[in-house]
Amino acid sequence: MALLHIAEPDKSVAPHQHKRAAGIDLGTTNSLVASVRSGSAGILLDQNGQDMLPSIVHYAEHGQVLVGRDAQPFLDTDPLNTLVSVKRLMGKAFDDLKNASLPYELSAHESGLVQIKTRIGSVNAVQASSEILKKLKARAFDSLGGELSGVVITVPAYFDDAQRQGTKDAARIAGLHVLRLLNEPTAAAIAYGLDSGKKGLIAVYDLGGGTFDISILRLQKGVFEVLATGGNAALGGDDFDAVIVQWIIEQSGITHTLSFVEQQQLRQIACLAKQKLSGQKTANIVHQGLKITLNLSREILNELISVLIGKTLRACKRAVKDAQINLLDIVEVVMVGGSTRIPLVRDKVSAYFQQEVLTSIDPDKVVAIGAAIQADILVGNKPDSEMLLLDVLPLSLGLETMGGLVEKVIPRNSTIPVARAQEFTTFKDGQTAMLIHVLQGEREQVKDCRSLARFELTNIPPMAAGAAHIRVTFQVDADGLLSVTAMEKSSSVQAKIEVKPSYGLSDNEVMQMLQASQTFAEQDMATRMLVEQQVEVRRVLENLNAALQKDGVKLLSEKAYDAIKISMKNLSNIALKNDVKAIKNALKSIDKLTEHYASLRMDASIKQALTGKSVDEI
Amino acid sequence: MAITITEPAAQHVANFLANRGKGIGLRLGVKTSGCSGMAYVLEFVDILNDDDEVFVDKGISIIVDKKSLVYLNGTELDFVKNGLNEGFEFHNPNTNAECGCGESFSV
Repeated sequence: MALLHIAEPDKSVAPHQHKRAAGIDLGTTNSLVASVRSGSAGILLDQNGQDMLPSIVHYAEHGQVLVGRDAQPFLDTDPLNTLVSVKRLMGKAFDDLKNASLPYELSAHESGLVQIKTRIGSVNAVQASSEILKKLKARAFDSLGGELSGVVITVPAYFDDAQRQGTKDAARIAGLHVLRLLNEPTAAAIAYGLDSGKKGLIAVYDLGGGTFDISILRLQKGVFEVLATGGNAALGGDDFDAVIVQWIIEQSGITHTLSFVEQQQLRQIACLAKQKLSGQKTANIVHQGLKITLNLSREILNELISVLIGKTLRACKRAVKDAQINLLDIVEVVMVGGSTRIPLVRDKVSAYFQQEVLTSIDPDKVVAIGAAIQADILVGNKPDSEMLLLDVLPLSLGLETMGGLVEKVIPRNSTIPVARAQEFTTFKDGQTAMLIHVLQGEREQVKDCRSLARFELTNIPPMAAGAAHIRVTFQVDADGLLSVTAMEKSSSVQAKIEVKPSYGLSDNEVMQMLQASQTFAEQDMATRMLVEQQVEVRRVLENLNAALQKDGVKLLSEKAYDAIKISMKNLSNIALKNDVKAIKNALKSIDKLTEHYASLRMDASIKQALTGKSVDEI
Repeated sequence: MAITITEPAAQHVANFLANRGKGIGLRLGVKTSGCSGMAYVLEFVDILNDDDEVFVDKGISIIVDKKSLVYLNGTELDFVKNGLNEGFEFHNPNTNAECGCGESFSV
């Protein structure tokens, strides 16, 4: 049973054509999915009423994959097959991580991409992330009545091409249609409606469980530009817990080494006390086994964590400096992440930026909410007057010309998606090939820019130097991914390259993963679509039959009546075959054919309803 | 006869309207959707049209155009939860065949 939601004026759609979209915050520690229903954005809950899905994937025996709370218990019992924080590995090469202390057996894929050894074989961050996305997708499906047109997934502002592409690949494997990727700080700003507000500079302070990010955004004509990002990938709420545990140990005079379980318990107690102190002045700390009874006041907590907060403020200072802006020009400060609930964090950040900070939306949910709002706009549920938010290109894109110089084709800060073309010519008489070297950066010389890709345009007909017209087109899609096409105009020979990040996956590899993904998602979906269409056919035929019997002869000409009969017969024949497309088309054509009849019926029944009534009654 | 709304539906509509920040009420309507069916319309209302009728129930202004009213007279709008899914449902005494999904119907 599909339940209805309230649409914007004149935005109602035909039955079964609802455009439901979701926003996904694919986090390092926790993930969330949100959607706009009846004009309000909210987090979608799971069967147990939980909003957050811990970003944990456990590869169990017999090929079973557990995600979220189901996977959590295996962190202690089977850590090698239980992956946490895979977001940190997204788009990373093995060489990047050789020295990182991770509890897994890592290896390098032939592409250089890092892989984790588990009992089902080597798994990369894309595959593990896709398991998390599948779980969120199932939740969204159930909550939205089985209709999900697309999703917006958020990524950190500092994610590079490889990391963004990896996130998109994970979504593809999970069978999700990605409307676009959105920067996390931008999503938070959208949740507060800042995109429709005044232009100016916005700071987004994001202190989560394990990471800290500060972003400085500039809003201009509905476009958010990331001016600077900074932070610390290993600083967050967990570190606050650790200093509290240290304090507990010192205060209670424990000298012996604690067992792993005792450490875990103390960490939990510390975390609970920290959370309590956001609302009250003191919290009791009790551990019976270790005979600990202490009282932690907010003053002591503040003392303990002020050094850590100081670190975040220094990162803010650097970001402001990098952005080359004046601190006082920042018009809004958005708070994101559970740790920003701590009063001292709010006070210190507020003092540093010299203004009240935005905290009215739950800091754990604000990013997902912003993504949901953006997704709702992208599938077209909002009036056209509401502007589509765009991103800008962070660096100029260009190609190498003679002498090692860079010719810029798309300048930085162009709004994306964008396509620009420029003409080049041959350098030598009879030159039949041309090397296109794609570069990113602001400098003039090739050696100072970042090389993105090289490809060759061959089979240029021999001509005098300068006679060939070679048109090179750069195209950047809404997610910031680039494709370059080169074409010689007289002969139309063409060459094209999609600029894949250095450690990205090739289409083939993604396809393989798609096939290997054990869910048979595509097959299921195809079957489901077919059955749905066949059901729809039955419904249409039944309704039409009933209607024709009632008043078909009365309202329709013989010719029209016969035409409908024939197309009904046709439709029931097509429905027997397993061709979804054909059924869809047949349904569409019968829908069109009967449109006039339906309105005749409506008029007739209105007439009937009005007969014998005076004008005043209606 | 009139159009009515249940208490849970009224509360949700009030919340959604407050959240949206504008709008004078809720439009209930029908439109033809080909075949022999008609589909329900559920929209926010910013501007009242000439042929609109307004019913007020439990503090919510329910707006129905005259043409749709013929099909909707006596309808009660409800808000239901069905597993994880939730949304509005029309209880319409005028229908004689409803499609399985509840989004379209015939009279």
